[in-house]
Amino acid sequence: MTIDIRASLDHCVKCTICETHCPVSAATPLFPGPKYVGPQAERFRSEEASVDDSLDYCSGCGICSQVCPQGVKIAEINSRARARMKAQRGVPLRDRVIARPSVSARLATPVAPLANAALANPVLRCLVEAVMGVHRKAPLPRFTSRPFQTRQRQRSAADSFRAKSAKVVYFHGCGVNFFEPRLGEMAVAVLERNGFEVIVPPQDCCGLPLQSNGLFSEARTYVRRLASNLAPYARAGLPIVSTSTSCSLMLKREAHEILGEDSEELAVVSEQMFDICELLADLLGRGELDRRFGEVSLTVPYHAPCQQRGHGIGSPALDLLELIPGLEVVEQEAQCCGIAGTYGLKKEKYDIAMAVGRPLFESISELGASIAACDSETCRWQIAHATGVPVVHPIELLHRAYVGEQ
Amino acid sequence: MKTIEAEVLVIGGGATGAGVLRDVCMRGYGGLLVERSDLATGTSGRFHGLLHSGGRYAVKDPSSAKECMDENRVLRRIAADCIEDTSGYFVTTEKDDPSYSDLFVDGCRRAGIPVEEISVSAALNAEPRLSPRISRVLQVPDAAIDAWKTVWGCVRSASDHGGRALPYHKVTGILREGDIVVGAVVEDRAGDEVRIRAGFTINASGAWAAQIAALAGCGGFTILPGRGIMIAMGHRLVDTVINRCQMPTDGDILVPIRTVSVIGTTDEEASDPDDLRILQDEVDRMLADGETLVPGFRQVRALRVWAGVRPLFKDEKAESSSTREVSRSHRLLDHHDRDGVEGFITITGGKFTTFRRMAQDSVDIMGAQLKDERACHTHEEALPDSEERTYYKLGSRLAAREERLHDEQIICECELIGRRALENAMQRRGSSDLDDIRRTLRLGMGPCQGGFCIYRSAGILHSLQRIDAASATASLRDFLQERWKGLHPILYGDGLRQARLDDWIFQGLLNVEQLQS
Repeated sequence: MTIDIRASLDHCVKCTICETHCPVSAATPLFPGPKYVGPQAERFRSEEASVDDSLDYCSGCGICSQVCPQGVKIAEINSRARARMKAQRGVPLRDRVIARPSVSARLATPVAPLANAALANPVLRCLVEAVMGVHRKAPLPRFTSRPFQTRQRQRSAADSFRAKSAKVVYFHGCGVNFFEPRLGEMAVAVLERNGFEVIVPPQDCCGLPLQSNGLFSEARTYVRRLASNLAPYARAGLPIVSTSTSCSLMLKREAHEILGEDSEELAVVSEQMFDICELLADLLGRGELDRRFGEVSLTVPYHAPCQQRGHGIGSPALDLLELIPGLEVVEQEAQCCGIAGTYGLKKEKYDIAMAVGRPLFESISELGASIAACDSETCRWQIAHATGVPVVHPIELLHRAYVGEQ
Repeated sequence: MKTIEAEVLVIGGGATGAGVLRDVCMRGYGGLLVERSDLATGTSGRFHGLLHSGGRYAVKDPSSAKECMDENRVLRRIAADCIEDTSGYFVTTEKDDPSYSDLFVDGCRRAGIPVEEISVSAALNAEPRLSPRISRVLQVPDAAIDAWKTVWGCVRSASDHGGRALPYHKVTGILREGDIVVGAVVEDRAGDEVRIRAGFTINASGAWAAQIAALAGCGGFTILPGRGIMIAMGHRLVDTVINRCQMPTDGDILVPIRTVSVIGTTDEEASDPDDLRILQDEVDRMLADGETLVPGFRQVRALRVWAGVRPLFKDEKAESSSTREVSRSHRLLDHHDRDGVEGFITITGGKFTTFRRMAQDSVDIMGAQLKDERACHTHEEALPDSEERTYYKLGSRLAAREERLHDEQIICECELIGRRALENAMQRRGSSDLDDIRRTLRLGMGPCQGGFCIYRSAGILHSLQRIDAASATASLRDFLQERWKGLHPILYGDGLRQARLDDWIFQGLLNVEQLQS
């Protein structure tokens, strides 16, 4: 598979379509663009020492691979080249820390109020920037003192929905577990409302942040463990749903394509992995979705994150949200919010990430909406940080509509 | 008619001629080289780029093997910037006789070629695209060598020692006074004749050597042109030279050179060294052979195919019929001994790897004839840019480009050539022929085969050299025509898709065929 990624450079006809779509090279001259860094530079790479530092300015949003009409795996070529560069030069402590959200969250959860206060303190953030290289203004999420897993365990049996046949596994990811447990509860509620019994197996990080920071072998350890936790359910034919489009993409495709993982466990999990809106839109298509929605009188700008588009599933969130009476959804045309997972947190990249997202931020601000929607957690945090508008997962709007109906 | 004086005239601007020019100049003679076309456009610029360790000849031709290894060591010392230290594997595939590999090891040891067995798994780890069906891997110090850089390096070195090369000066006659050769008549690019009077003339015209010797009235030998095709694949499939461990045959070498991998080669006896035809059947055979070394080879983009001719020497009485059976060692003909003609010798045969040795032997013979024996120093002094003795690295252009990312326009995106390098080369070469610039910089040699850089370059040529639009158009069209020769026999897959896009650009947008020139 890793051979296929590199070999795909042969398909490049130099048309430059990727360069015209790249949100990063449009925002900064420091990134010379996906065609240069991808199929062009790759021909000059070997096991020799890595020489092209500009590669590190790729945010990994993956838009280039999506728009390439010839099928060049541009973003994947870049990821692999960057990992090789990092392996040669070493990865800074900062990247090692931010690439392990579940580790830092486990440390912070018991002292969540304190940790949140500290991270909200501008003086401390300056210190963190100086010592760690995390930008003082970068959007960091707030820790919860009651992680989603704990909440699910403490949920009384009477509250849980038991179904005979329709069961679904919820892969909630680190974002829901440690930062947005309410979203997880709403996702469970929406699934139960549609007749599913929701199984929440123990789970840890998928390894995506490690992969995007070039820590491939560490990423492999995480993704293998997760795949092996989820594989028994997948083999039993249960769908696995996720509210995190980037983590589910990791399991669907990226661990295989970028890390070269080809285990049977990952393959079967990949087959059964669905974005939650994808699954619900399937129900809708079969006429099985519970459509008893209450009115939600709102105008909501919706941004489909890059990683969501990487699924190649269309816009199921839009298909679902348009069912809600009173809800006006304004689809955003701007490509990327800039954050790209952990990219925009970094001191040297924060300004680039903010510049990348500017067209999106301006468009959302101009609408004057009180709330916006987006499927991916880090994108929500970035948009909220830049615009001051609270950003929710589309599931939260569905949940609101179901609750309003009750 | 214009007349030029030279102490020594060298005919032929391939590796041998350039090596001879450098050698005579380093020995203190005033040397002048003439070449009918651009430098290194005959056999030297048309090979796969393999700097032999000698392994290929270890069993069959031990003296050639030893000579290759000796010269391999010398070139690594004096021409490091032209060489990428790739190393080489001899692999036993499922199609090869496994018993050959023992003979190979013995042959290498006898020829002084360092050979080391490495495990199949280690080889596959280093070269993951290599066929997993190989059963044995032997490593030797093969390398990749850039022919144009080497030849031009020799000429630059020669000019540091007072020599000069005249490309596009075609020999039309050899001047004789009685039994003494005293120079040649050449025709320049404009079609004007120039007379060159020389104290000594060295015929280093390789596959054309018999034609030149005949102009001097010397015969009795033939050069059998052994035509072979090579295909450059779009990127590096391997970073180590891969040879089949078997008696040398067709399609058994894969050379990673610069940004491509070259598979070679066939061997067809041609009647004329200028017969560079490419047969479909040969292309098919080459791709099939590539598949044996690298599974999936046919899916890789083929960039370009070309043919070159080996100069294989045959004395009239030799009986062998197949060119491969003729010795590859070089031949030096002292026409004084052979034909009673003084002041004239011919050097031919040989291999690119041994060009320096061939030059040394030639100039030694010249010294003997002139009774003026001077010592050779070509093995001691490094070529320009190779003084540091650091090998060329694949990533060097990328590293250089990174430095200029923000202040220089890129012209050739595939080969990462910036505007300054291009303008410098155009000024230095003083040529309005884009194909000359191509060989100087590898302009337009990447995957798009000039599709995006050549119209840009034609414009820059026009603005720099103040040539008129019609000449710039002619140069552009000539370049495209030249590229097309190497493209049309391999139009399939990604290469075909590229050719269609390039065609839309040049025919559809620029209407290049109808432009006035």
